[in-house]
Amino acid sequence: MSEKVLMKGNEAIAEAAVAAGCRHYFGYPITPQTEIPEYMSKRMPQIGGVFLQAESEISAINMVYGAAGAGARVMTSSSSPGISLKQEGISYIAGAELPCLIVNIMRGGPGLGGIQPAQGDYFQATKGGGHGDYRNIVLAPNSVQEMVDYTILGFDLAEKYRNPVMLLGDGVLGQMMEPVEIKEISSTPTEKPWAATGMRGRGKPNIINSLFLKANELEDHNIRLQKKYALIQENEMRWEEICTEDAELIVVAYGITARIAQSAIDKARGEGKKVGLLRPISLWPFPEPPFARLAKTAKAFLTVELSAGQMIEDVRLATRDAKPVHFYGRTGGMIMTPIEIYQEISKILESKEGK
Amino acid sequence: MAEVLFSRPKALADMPTHYCPGCHHGIIHRLIAEVIDELDIQEKAIGVAPVGCAVLAYDYFNCDMLEAAHGRAPAVATGVKRVHPDASVFTYQGDGDLAAIGCAEIVHAAARGEKIVTVFVNNAIYGMTGGQMAPTTLVGQVTSTSPYGRKEEVAGMPIRVSEMLATLDGPAFIARVAVNNPANMNKAKAAIKKAFELQLGGHGFCLVEVLSICPTNWGKTPVEAVKWMEEKMMPHYPLGVFKDVQGVGK
Repeated sequence: MSEKVLMKGNEAIAEAAVAAGCRHYFGYPITPQTEIPEYMSKRMPQIGGVFLQAESEISAINMVYGAAGAGARVMTSSSSPGISLKQEGISYIAGAELPCLIVNIMRGGPGLGGIQPAQGDYFQATKGGGHGDYRNIVLAPNSVQEMVDYTILGFDLAEKYRNPVMLLGDGVLGQMMEPVEIKEISSTPTEKPWAATGMRGRGKPNIINSLFLKANELEDHNIRLQKKYALIQENEMRWEEICTEDAELIVVAYGITARIAQSAIDKARGEGKKVGLLRPISLWPFPEPPFARLAKTAKAFLTVELSAGQMIEDVRLATRDAKPVHFYGRTGGMIMTPIEIYQEISKILESKEGK
Repeated sequence: MAEVLFSRPKALADMPTHYCPGCHHGIIHRLIAEVIDELDIQEKAIGVAPVGCAVLAYDYFNCDMLEAAHGRAPAVATGVKRVHPDASVFTYQGDGDLAAIGCAEIVHAAARGEKIVTVFVNNAIYGMTGGQMAPTTLVGQVTSTSPYGRKEEVAGMPIRVSEMLATLDGPAFIARVAVNNPANMNKAKAAIKKAFELQLGGHGFCLVEVLSICPTNWGKTPVEAVKWMEEKMMPHYPLGVFKDVQGVGK
């Protein structure tokens, strides 16, 4: 495909994965991401790929562990409660340094929560999620086109760093339709001399493992992982800025919330209010440089999330609390309107600190 | 000229194991390695190690290996096999790993007829963590979490994994063997070999359950432990073939 077509976010992710050379998908049905396994169940047999509906999210992520360990470009997808079930496997994947793409189309929580869109899994995605010191690379698209682009980028980053990558979307992005272009990709398969493929003349076994019983060896492993994470922080911070140069107030939002905030900012700008948008695209590594810079020029920040306030902690860290960081959020699957954000913007700008 | 009559199989790494004195894991490892040698599949064998006493099996087999999370070996092996359908993929699992925390994974791998071999070592106890009750612990058996003996009204009855899985349509071969004497060792090896041969022939899921002793956690000498296995375990876990796609009954 290389012309624009109208696609649902979830289906666009699946087709982008196919375009990226992914031929192994393991998953389990859960709303609001079920179109991904449904699409894969139809698509994979057409191209000689593997679609397997696992008996649980736990099995699905362990099948991903096996396939990634065996050298395949592999993915799974789920929604919030299902992603919780995958955390053990994600920790093992991070520990064994296996590349894979994990898609989380977030819904409201905690517990069984609901099936409406939310962004309440930010902590889980960016701070680890499972046990131990590890990081996922977390990419947050804000359109169906970006779901395509970051699915493809996600596979590349996963293999470049031998690290799990999470594509963090939400129920709106998963379910909405937009025109997208999925370009033909000339993808060269990454060499994986470490993979468990059978020795096949290699002369020595490859072992996929995250166990280090000797404390000093496990510490060495952790130090090596931390070095890798530092390299990822150096190379892979991504963000977008709109109208931030002269902005007195910086609205910080990711994913679908950034699209809603954009409408609010457009309205405020129309009235001469100096407001800008800073949109983190990589949630880990969190894009710190623009925050340090804008903390010098802006008077305040407003973090907007479909949660009770999670990314705001990273905003406060990245700005070193140099300026007030306000918060506006909705939870449970309720989605704020542009007017709600506009009202928050006006309130802050009219308050003492905004002046 | 001296003739070599007995040597280490190529598929077994040349290193001492961490297993306790009298433990059967070493014998079972060796039988698998002999089968890998005899079928000449070392170059395409991929093993999946469990969590439990055999957690370090990846160091002992001289072939590509993956270490799985507790109970998840059949799911990991599924991922491997779906990537390399021509590989000889096997899991090596104990009773806590397979029959407790990994029950869903083994049942569904079997139900799918996943083309893998599972060697299931049943010693009726959790060895690695120091002798706790397993799903296969016998009624009355004392363990560190059943100090008054396993009671049916509290913990239910021990699971017969081979019989349970044999009710499914997916498996190609399911057998229970033991390595308590040379004759049974030969039968155990024949069953493991058959399982790998069936996989080579494109057949589905194969499981060989191997009754094994745990002298350390049973609190017995190896000789006493073998006797206990024969007198207590074998009546509850009868040896035999429970499923054979080639139609040879038990």
